[in-house]
Amino acid sequence: MRHAALELIDVSKVYPGSPPVHALDHVSLRVEHGELLAIVGPSGSGKSTMLHVMGTLDRPTEGSLHIDGIEVSRLGDRKLSAVRSQRIGFVFQQFFLLQGASALDNVANGLLYSGTSKRTRRRRAAEQLDRVGLGHRLHHLPNELSGGERQRVAVARALVNDPSIVLADEPTGNLDSRSSAAVMDLLHTLHQEGSTILVITHEHAIAESLPRQVEMIDGRLVELVGASQ
Amino acid sequence: MTATVETPAPIEAASSARMGPSRLRPSDIITVATDGLRQRKVRTALSALGITIGIAAMVAVLGLSESSRADLSNQIEQLGTNLLTVEPSGGFGGGDGVLPEESVAKLGRIGPIEVVADIVTLDQAPLRNDIMSSNETKGLTAIAADVDLVATLRGSVASGAWLDETTSQTPTVVLGSIAAERLAITSVTDGPMITIGGQWFTVIGILGDFPLAENLDRAVFIGKGAAVSVFDVELNPSVIYVRTDPDQLDAVRGVISPTVDPQSPDEVSISRPSDVLEAQEAADSAFTSLFLGLGAVALLVGGIGIANVMVIAVIERRNEIGLRRALGATRAHIRRQFLVEALLLSSLGGAAGVSLGAGVTAFYAGVEGWEVVIPPIAIIGGLVAALAIGAIAGLYPAMRAARLAPTEALRSA
Repeated sequence: MRHAALELIDVSKVYPGSPPVHALDHVSLRVEHGELLAIVGPSGSGKSTMLHVMGTLDRPTEGSLHIDGIEVSRLGDRKLSAVRSQRIGFVFQQFFLLQGASALDNVANGLLYSGTSKRTRRRRAAEQLDRVGLGHRLHHLPNELSGGERQRVAVARALVNDPSIVLADEPTGNLDSRSSAAVMDLLHTLHQEGSTILVITHEHAIAESLPRQVEMIDGRLVELVGASQ
Repeated sequence: MTATVETPAPIEAASSARMGPSRLRPSDIITVATDGLRQRKVRTALSALGITIGIAAMVAVLGLSESSRADLSNQIEQLGTNLLTVEPSGGFGGGDGVLPEESVAKLGRIGPIEVVADIVTLDQAPLRNDIMSSNETKGLTAIAADVDLVATLRGSVASGAWLDETTSQTPTVVLGSIAAERLAITSVTDGPMITIGGQWFTVIGILGDFPLAENLDRAVFIGKGAAVSVFDVELNPSVIYVRTDPDQLDAVRGVISPTVDPQSPDEVSISRPSDVLEAQEAADSAFTSLFLGLGAVALLVGGIGIANVMVIAVIERRNEIGLRRALGATRAHIRRQFLVEALLLSSLGGAAGVSLGAGVTAFYAGVEGWEVVIPPIAIIGGLVAALAIGAIAGLYPAMRAARLAPTEALRSA
């Protein structure tokens, strides 16, 4: 058995205040390599905190987080940044593409902090854009692309560093139903090709299309469907 | 699967070992910072403008003061600091305002005086010919001059010859440079003639410009002998020029008055023309400090402008900062990006300022007929000052950008 792509062990996140807010309450979750799963929950359930902690953008108050076997919850800024640059891919609801840069350069930015040469970054970016079906749009600027296309550029950027896990935060939140379906189809295809993808969403319809679903309520996790163990 | 893979500890060690640190290549920092500026061209240009104006002011002030100083010291060198002029002055006793005729001969016997010459301004007006009215003097004066005048003043002969002992006795005349121009005489080969007080004189020479004696450029010179024989005038010197041993200048200055006019030495006024230029030089440097101060204020304002623009950029580009952190940028990478952006901005402004300042200097020096001198210190200092300002102005915004928590930065506006 390999180590998990991502594993949270008894993780809590408490925001100080009176009373203190328990955004994550002793959460454990294990995501195997090659899984496609959804964390579903209403707003305020702690989904965003969950994403930030899993993405090493925020630190847990308690518990430990392993990414591809590396215990990251106590790492310093430089090592955490290295984990993000090499093991994690992010897809955001707002896409967060750089407006002045072409689709190709936006995807290549996924490798900017890995120290690889510009030529290599662009070559691998072109491969990923091809993979998400945008091989004909390499030199378009974000504002020349449709919403669905922009999100596919963002997905290509998340994949370009060959991450252990892709964390997608409401990836269809800003898209119409047709584009949403196209993006979800793309995630399924990538999953079949071997990628590990975790989707965070408040839409049960989106979650139900995925093989495994975990529900988040008031900072706690409940396995709904397809628990692996 | 092999047995070793199943124990967790070696896997973690192996995983950590495989993972290098986040790295941003130096060439990529430049690209990232340039992109940041390129996307806001107008704002980039406007915020660099403050630095441009400040640096241009400082470079131009230094360039212009150096150029004018070079011109002045050139003039001082030509003129020499060992030239004294002696003139009659009214004095308190209501003196006669004339210097004795034998003054030059007496001064010539003082050891440290190298050469001495006097001029006597004549009342007779020089004219191109005897048909013209005596009102049409074109601002020209006739002067009876000592044969040593050109040597004493370090003047030059542009064409023909200066007066000598022989031609001083004959009706011959030498024209100052402006006088020749106004009388429309460019050559002496065919023996042109002019009239002075109705008497004909043959032009035998034309002089070059006298350094700092434009009034002499407007004069025509005849010999003292000719002045006496033609006009029957007294030869009381109007001005005496004294060229002395530079080391003995003060001593000579002290004995001139009693030598020239033992009865009323206070009716003799002595001056040193190079003093005027040196005073001008000193006054120039006072202005230089003033303008340098103004340039420094402009630079300070420019620096504040850059800091302001960078602080706004950090706020506006929160999402970009968050994205870069998610893509693996360390805090140091973000700090470097914004610092390099500020440095690029200020060095852009600095380079433009240095060229503008040099251009202004070259243009103004060209108009004034000065040699263009742009001190290297102004160019290097200008660029260094711009970079220093960029670094200082960029530091705080860059630190703010780096300190921004990724979760905070990624929150949608």
